[in-house]
Amino acid sequence: MRARGLVKTFAAPQGPVRAVRGIDLDITPGETVALLGPNGAGKTTTIDMLLGLSKADRGDVSLFGMSPGDAVRAGLVGAMPQTGGLLRDLSVRELVAMMASLYPRPLDVDEVLRLTGLRAVAGQRTQKLSGGQTQRTRVAVALVGNPGLLVLDEPTAALDVEARRAFWATMRTFASRGKTVLFATHYLEEADANADRVVLLAAGRVVADGPPNEIKARVGSHTIKATLPGVGTDELMRLPGVTGAERHGEAVVLICSDSDAAIRQLLAAYPLARHIEITGAGLEEAFVQLTGGDEGNAEVAVDDRSSGAEELGR
Amino acid sequence: MSTLTQPRSGDAKTSGSYLRYELLRLLRNRRFFVLSLGFPLILYIFIAAPNRNVTDFAGTGLSAPLYYMVGLAAFGTMSSMLSTGTRIAAERAIGWNRQLRITPLSSRAYLRAKVLTAYLMALLTIGLLFASGLALGVRLPAADWVSMTLLILVALIPFAAFGVLLGHLLTTDTIGPTMGGITGVLALVSGTWFPIGHGVFYQIARLLPSYWLVQASHVALGGPAWSTLGWAVVVVWTLVVGALAVRAYLRDTQRV
Repeated sequence: MRARGLVKTFAAPQGPVRAVRGIDLDITPGETVALLGPNGAGKTTTIDMLLGLSKADRGDVSLFGMSPGDAVRAGLVGAMPQTGGLLRDLSVRELVAMMASLYPRPLDVDEVLRLTGLRAVAGQRTQKLSGGQTQRTRVAVALVGNPGLLVLDEPTAALDVEARRAFWATMRTFASRGKTVLFATHYLEEADANADRVVLLAAGRVVADGPPNEIKARVGSHTIKATLPGVGTDELMRLPGVTGAERHGEAVVLICSDSDAAIRQLLAAYPLARHIEITGAGLEEAFVQLTGGDEGNAEVAVDDRSSGAEELGR
Repeated sequence: MSTLTQPRSGDAKTSGSYLRYELLRLLRNRRFFVLSLGFPLILYIFIAAPNRNVTDFAGTGLSAPLYYMVGLAAFGTMSSMLSTGTRIAAERAIGWNRQLRITPLSSRAYLRAKVLTAYLMALLTIGLLFASGLALGVRLPAADWVSMTLLILVALIPFAAFGVLLGHLLTTDTIGPTMGGITGVLALVSGTWFPIGHGVFYQIARLLPSYWLVQASHVALGGPAWSTLGWAVVVVWTLVVGALAVRAYLRDTQRV
């Protein structure tokens, strides 16, 4: 899958909303990729463009070397939208079988029902399922066509812990057959635990892209806390390896991509710094730092790749 | 890759299997099924049975059982065609149309299945009403039964498009009353309940495809049941409503 310079703007009463401002993305077959970002980062808009459900204002998408529409028609794509119900008046098995019949090379319906834990309710009408069963049926509906690319928009949002574990077990089985899986999530642990690669979106741009551990190392793997009055955060931001700086009274907090470089330079430049504390930060902190909600924060920690995306977006 | 080289056969296969499940769902939705078939039938028997010996109904030259048979077939089949809208609106409400658009099922095959399902309901309605007409003493040459059926099916084409249009414009809350209102008014002004005279109503009515639905009964008088105007009205309405339906469909699919 290859996307170049995707831009999408929506008209809204309070002015145009620039939902996606220039996204580049390449996904190779067999990868499991998490599209991570807070609400409003542009995840669903991006997914809609990748699936051909909406047209980009600018930019191109190709799936398996063809247009999204052609890939969908060839049965290469399966997807589970963020929201949506199930068609009424069919049993779970019938609904899954119907979806299978639309694809050229579907999986065995019984195998999919077993994989998604739906065998016990296979004969039930879809309108009589519980929330969790409905969600599992939606997964089965997306899987059964045996697509090369499976796209899931916040697939576990409605699931409890146990169901979430079962869901990811199913996905691992599916991905182990050489399938490409792209899922959107705002759960960091989920991206960390289940993806080979994390693409972090904020305010319609890619702000980081890499293996989960590399992202942690690159964007704020450690924080340095110190008591250091009278130094502006602007100055601190100029230290090597610092991606973010905050001041809380006399204390400063530096979010670092390279805390070793940062601490050496900090002590050299500001020998008065006291009560120094260095702590490892999880992806959670990196996430908050990178996507902090508004655009200004999102641009604090741009690395080489995302600044490229940024230029395209302008 | 075989689907890329043979898109047509793939399309026919998915289209056929989708239609099969669509019909299965229709039969499962028993309340809808029984009501939509039963309502015109019961109305027909209530109105036509007491008048079964009226041989020249309101100066039309047609017997009352024949006139009402086709009049209520017009009413019932219009509802059948517009019910496509209810089904589409319900699927849009739960996002199922989006789910389907990420499958190899083409939009053409999707809409074809919807329209064929509506036509099946229409044929069942016609069959039930014609059988009841026969029971109430309607006697016609076989050719007339066939041409009445065909004229009704042709006049329903714009209504097939209308159903698709309404399904993409309206929500599940609004579509029920809208459809009921439209069907009721069209049936009234097109002569389901009594023949339309020669006033302003007539001038308006004969420009409606529903009027020509009711006029299908005139095959019994010998000669063509539809004038050139009748054919023109059906063709123009088909083209106009068809274009609007396509536009509504495209607009709906481009919105997120």
